[in-house]
Amino acid sequence: MGMEIERAYCADLMSDVLAFSISNSLLITGLTNTQVIRTAEVATIKAIVFIQNKRPDIQTISLADEKKIPLLGTALSMFDTCGLLFEKGLRSCSGLEF
Amino acid sequence: MSSSEGVFFLTGKDFKNAGAASSSLKGILEDMGIPSSIIRRVSIAAFEAEMNTIIYSVAGMMSYSITPEMIKIRVQDMGPGIPDIELAMKEGYSTAPDYIREMGFGSGMGLPNIKKNADVLTVNSLAGEGTTVEFTINLSPAE
Repeated sequence: MGMEIERAYCADLMSDVLAFSISNSLLITGLTNTQVIRTAEVATIKAIVFIQNKRPDIQTISLADEKKIPLLGTALSMFDTCGLLFEKGLRSCSGLEF
Repeated sequence: MSSSEGVFFLTGKDFKNAGAASSSLKGILEDMGIPSSIIRRVSIAAFEAEMNTIIYSVAGMMSYSITPEMIKIRVQDMGPGIPDIELAMKEGYSTAPDYIREMGFGSGMGLPNIKKNADVLTVNSLAGEGTTVEFTINLSPAE
């Protein structure tokens, strides 16, 4: 996608995303409605990963397309997705280092 | 920088368009060349206030006023009102039904999130009449 992302936030609660994510981060979520795209837009999330084979509907996809927010999907669970991405070097929005 | 003002009308339970007003507002701020860190704060606070109106009330409106000094947003709804504002300001306190929570909202973070992003926040509410949330974000650095 020609995009570099260093930080990620995972949640199904969009208010938590609005409160605790940071600009230009990746959102990992199990929620697939249009509010996820709106949340990503206002929180300046760069891309979204839907976990556990959850597929967004056509309205969600077209809104993401309009807002130029790439959507990705995985069959993995939230825990496995986060673990794998962490292992590959992605870090949290909290700024904590391990 | 020029000034701008306007209003968006919000329809209760219209989840398809929930967030559209905040999205339009974000576009206006971008066109005006407002710094992106400020735009993020305004958009998040406006989105939370917009969602509150969509979730809890029949209808409402969001008006904005942008001057070189500040951005002022006022969201007025025709909802049930908030009986205890102090309690509603507490993180995690919510009266939202389950179907709202399944949408990812109603976790009791709305007003606290607005407060976190605003420089000044006032909430006025009258039971049975509605709620007005007004917040200001300063553009010129505070002395």
